[in-house]
Amino acid sequence: MMWEAVFLSLRVSAVATIVALPLAIWVAHILARKVFRGHALLNGLVHLPLVLPPVVTGYLLLVVFGRSGVIGGLLFDWFGVTLAFRWTGAALAAGIMGFPLMVRAIRLGFEAVDAGLEDAARTLGASEARVFRTVTLPLIAPGVVAGAVLGFAKALGEFGATITFVAAIPGQTQTIPSAIYGLLQVPGQESAVVVLVVISVTLAMGALVASEWLARRMVAR
Amino acid sequence: MVGTPYGGAMISVRIKKAFADFTLDVAFDAPAGVIAVFGRSGSGKTTLINAIAGLIRPDEGRIVLDGRDLTGVPVHRRGLGYVFQDARLFPHMTVAQNLCYGGVHDRARLVEMLGLGGLLDRYPAALSGGEKSRVALGRALMSKPAMLLLDEPLAALDGLRKAEILPYLERLRDEVEVPMIYVTHDMSEVARLANTIVVLDSGRVVQSGGVADVLSHPASVALLGLRDAGAVLLATVVAHDVQDAVSVLEFEGGRIVLPGQVGRIGKNIRLRIPAQDVILARVAPVQISARNVLPVTVTALQIEEGAGVAVGLLAGETPLLARITMASLREMDLVVGAQIFAIIKATAVAPADRG
Repeated sequence: MMWEAVFLSLRVSAVATIVALPLAIWVAHILARKVFRGHALLNGLVHLPLVLPPVVTGYLLLVVFGRSGVIGGLLFDWFGVTLAFRWTGAALAAGIMGFPLMVRAIRLGFEAVDAGLEDAARTLGASEARVFRTVTLPLIAPGVVAGAVLGFAKALGEFGATITFVAAIPGQTQTIPSAIYGLLQVPGQESAVVVLVVISVTLAMGALVASEWLARRMVAR
Repeated sequence: MVGTPYGGAMISVRIKKAFADFTLDVAFDAPAGVIAVFGRSGSGKTTLINAIAGLIRPDEGRIVLDGRDLTGVPVHRRGLGYVFQDARLFPHMTVAQNLCYGGVHDRARLVEMLGLGGLLDRYPAALSGGEKSRVALGRALMSKPAMLLLDEPLAALDGLRKAEILPYLERLRDEVEVPMIYVTHDMSEVARLANTIVVLDSGRVVQSGGVADVLSHPASVALLGLRDAGAVLLATVVAHDVQDAVSVLEFEGGRIVLPGQVGRIGKNIRLRIPAQDVILARVAPVQISARNVLPVTVTALQIEEGAGVAVGLLAGETPLLARITMASLREMDLVVGAQIFAIIKATAVAPADRG
């Protein structure tokens, strides 16, 4: 059960990060570069999971993405997809909770890029897509890495929204935090708790060290 | 407006753009070659070439280059090379990658011509200011631009580095023959590189035309300021006097002697003679230390604000410009058509002003 929780956590966090990352880059780009009505609203919406009680986020996910929810109902009717009480739902919850952290880090990256370099690329004949791929993206890469690591770490530790939305079904939705919580409810499971805690600390440290290393490698150029 | 009337203009620009505190309203036509856009900082020079490049959208206007209407064409389809004042090299790419970003047209020759061979594997952070400028020039040229836009490419460099880049720009003008719009506030660069000059002030064209015509026109003293006004003449080196350490140059209208060795014999050189460094005399001076005394005819007298008078002169076929005081004018009793003498101190032609 213990290792099941570890691998499930890694899978949930990885999927959450990979799926959320392109979306976070897109939203960060809009927030950093575009001026439009509703800018403050979008900014607030993105940051909402950061300030809402996680249980509330989880409940809202249940309402919207549950079998009888607005989007959840459509997903089931059209595609036969169910998110509530499934590992995919855990990934959705983890992704949404980590999203504001990703957007913040990537937005800082965008704001640090000299727009003059993008202009220079345009004068050299590069289309918008090529400018983004060859100039903007490489220059914001440290911000993207930082955002991905933060989002991944947040996803690993996500508890409140996950347990509300998908509960803690062993092998299906029981991630490391909910496994630790579950073990703590039963006397005599302290050794398993210690192992999970050590694994948690190791994963978190590993992610931080990896991001430091990646960032330094990029800056060195 | 003075200058030559243009038949078969190569570039035609009409641009209007209003900002909160400033309006750019510019119209000019110019032939191929190097067009200098000259003006003080804040006169709208950079806004103008940004509009030509398509980086800003004018409120109204029309830009036509060699019969091709660029108005409304997106930046990346205009096919114009742009050399920015701050070079704007991509920091995450090597010099070689930067150079090839927009294309590899004429790569080997440009690398050789701009002396970039030893820099190709470096990153921009490891380049000096002058090297960055050269890479930026090469990068723009390799994209095979229909025209090159240069926004004060030398302004960020010190005197020595400027002197290092200027010959490269002259070679590009003479050998690559790419038309250029060259933005600057330095008259010595205009005199050395440009065929056509467009003078901007507060967002408007106050004068435009051929460089020799505009700079030797008496009205230019008031427009360009005392420091920058002065005729440009084309001279050929005919002799070096080793004993006296001077060079003798010939132009249509006389000979001029300059200190030092200015280029090999037979070389064509542009000289800028600042108006305030030309002394006038009614009779040929005798026993005078200045080496250059030219017989000239007064062609125009223009009284400026203050106590100055701009005097248009003709030495043979070549127009010159002098600036004297009202008091001198009265005392000398100068009139248009008078045959007098212009005295030019050899050291007045500063090294940066020789092309």
